[in-house]
Amino acid sequence: MDGKPLATLRSTSGVPTGRLAIWWLLGSEIVIFGGVLMSYLMHRIGHVEFGDYASHTNTVAGAINTIVLLTSSLTAVLAHDAAEMGNGKKAFKYLMFTVFGGACFLVIKSFEWSHEIGLGYTLQTNAFWHFYYTAAGLHALHVIGGMIAITIVAFQAKKGHELQRVELVGIYWHFVDVVWVFLFPLLYIAK
Amino acid sequence: MAQAATADAHGDHGHHHEEGFIRKYFWSCDHKIICFQYLFTGMILAAIGGFMAYAFRMQLAFPGESVPLFGVVSPYEYNSLVTNHGTIMIFWVAMPVLIAAFGNYLIPLMLGCDDMVFPRLNRLSYQVFLLSAIVLIASFFVEGGAFGGAWTAYPPLSAKAHYNLTPAGSTLWVIAVGLEFVAFLMGGINFITTTMNSRAPGMKLWDIPMVVWMIVIASILFMVSVGPLIAGAAMLVFDQMLGTGFFDPNRGGDPVLWQHLFWFFGHPEVYVVLLPAIGIVAEVMCVFSRKKLFAYKIVLYTAFATGILSFFVWAHHQFISGIDPRMANIFTVTTVLISVPLAEMMFVFIATLYGGSIRLTTPMLWAMSFIATFLLGGVTGIFLGASGADIYFHDTYFVLAHFHYTFYPIAIIGTMAGITHWFPKMFGRQMNEFWGRVHFWVTIIAFNCIFIPLFVLGAGGQHRRIYDFQNYPDLAGQSMVDMRVFATISLVVMLVAQFIFIINFIYSAFRGEKVGRNPYHATTLEWVAPSPPGHGNFEEMPTVYRGPYEYSVPGREEDYWPQHVPN
Repeated sequence: MDGKPLATLRSTSGVPTGRLAIWWLLGSEIVIFGGVLMSYLMHRIGHVEFGDYASHTNTVAGAINTIVLLTSSLTAVLAHDAAEMGNGKKAFKYLMFTVFGGACFLVIKSFEWSHEIGLGYTLQTNAFWHFYYTAAGLHALHVIGGMIAITIVAFQAKKGHELQRVELVGIYWHFVDVVWVFLFPLLYIAK
Repeated sequence: MAQAATADAHGDHGHHHEEGFIRKYFWSCDHKIICFQYLFTGMILAAIGGFMAYAFRMQLAFPGESVPLFGVVSPYEYNSLVTNHGTIMIFWVAMPVLIAAFGNYLIPLMLGCDDMVFPRLNRLSYQVFLLSAIVLIASFFVEGGAFGGAWTAYPPLSAKAHYNLTPAGSTLWVIAVGLEFVAFLMGGINFITTTMNSRAPGMKLWDIPMVVWMIVIASILFMVSVGPLIAGAAMLVFDQMLGTGFFDPNRGGDPVLWQHLFWFFGHPEVYVVLLPAIGIVAEVMCVFSRKKLFAYKIVLYTAFATGILSFFVWAHHQFISGIDPRMANIFTVTTVLISVPLAEMMFVFIATLYGGSIRLTTPMLWAMSFIATFLLGGVTGIFLGASGADIYFHDTYFVLAHFHYTFYPIAIIGTMAGITHWFPKMFGRQMNEFWGRVHFWVTIIAFNCIFIPLFVLGAGGQHRRIYDFQNYPDLAGQSMVDMRVFATISLVVMLVAQFIFIINFIYSAFRGEKVGRNPYHATTLEWVAPSPPGHGNFEEMPTVYRGPYEYSVPGREEDYWPQHVPN
């Protein structure tokens, strides 16, 4: 079978198929993170001592990471803009900035975690740290997945192929960003 | 009908080159092949799950004796068999057959397009599903054996190896279930997007056949409900393997959290599998009563209402888990409320049949028995939804008989209705009608003979999770023993009767009487395509002019008015 089936090319709802699918994907992701965060919140309400544990997190590193991720989302938007103009090469460059931002996020995170583990706050310590590492770890996996997807799409865009995908990975990346915006205050700031 | 299109049943493969066997059947992106992959995998697992039921039912009827083809059932094996029977029948039989197989087959054909919107994602979905099935089966062959902590996997039993004694089996169980969820999320996105975007020109939302609507609503329900359990499954694996204590109260965790995460998924899941079965029944009933579906839009609104309500009933599984009695009252109200939309659907079906020219073909018999049996399952649910009565009935065979009276109509009767109905489309041949009816009657009578005694036993106080009732004088009286033996013999009869179906299926697929495109004179688009449809489904892509159930329209010469005919 060469080329796409007719089904992929139709657009009865008026929304491009890829965009529709990515939103449904995000819908399913929202409930997964929702499950973790609701479980955490229910525990948080029942355990006042979580506030003391949270004071051992590195708020400054978390804040820097928030800025890094938000900036990488900005370059994803610029890449989308370039792709709309049909400029695949420019989109490639901006997407590479986004991937670089994701990498910075992971590097900062690994320093942060190494420090905390060095102080004795590991995954096994208590319920707060269970949630801290699980929620942030699940998010980090999404960062890695997003970086891989963006890299693949960026190289396609460089050759001028499948430019509509630049928008789709961008939407996904914004979602990863928004999840972090929820995680940061809940895990780091709420004392 | 039969004479109309026998000639072109095989005529349209010419334009596309022949592929190798492996590439065609194991690496295909074609939605029809993926349907068969899901269908046959589901059937094989149904056989495995049925065999498990046979082994543990024999142990209950004849405790301690060697079971033919299995051997003596040890207490550990009993637990793993019960657990995995439940898991397999829900996640590896009902889900893949009802949603994935019928969804894959019917959605592109009924919507008048050539494939799913993401064919490769579709193929990946099946491959992940197959992997999940292999992981589950593999758990029987690891040290300690397969997980035996019930299909609900409540911690701390499921979380700690020194309680469940299956260190590897319980982790493999969680991983298998998790992989299965991923497979169905991918499939679900495909179904929803295809239905939203790839309908034939002219097909408006209210022109979509009911079964497609139901599969799409089920996919959305699944997608919205499964997330928290995926998170919960990750936490459970961490508890098992990485030494966390999410569900360990000694370390700040909470075992009831799992129950909430599980049942927040687990109850909508009931409707995830129910709705496609209802959709199949609707299609079959319209075709074989030659009538328009009664109140199409009302059925849809009812399905939406059921979907929304199903998110507010989960704690009725937890009435004895120490939840606040005031909270239990609220969940009693929502649980009893949810029987209203479903009762209404049953009335809609009866109203569809009323005054129709009913043909009692095999699919129609299955569809009508769906209503009869599901009704019993629904009515007994009222007892369990009421928190007061549930304290007595909880974890007895009454519960077990109740949910078998709901899941059996869904997973077996609904599936049988679907398979016998669309068999001519799938294989271009008709199944044997006589043996189809024999299979139907033996199965349906044996099914009732299994589970009606279990209602009585449950009301008599028989607990679900007991390996050998001889140790409990209250439960070992002669009348109770007799009922257990009767149920077990009925089960054996029912399982043996399935060979009639299997032989009929295989024989008819190769040797059955050939049929044309539209043997039933049905109106929906899948009957426009050749039987079986070739690559690309339609020679000429259809355009839709009207709703899906225009039967017996006054003033027309024929009693059906297909969707694609201009006037």
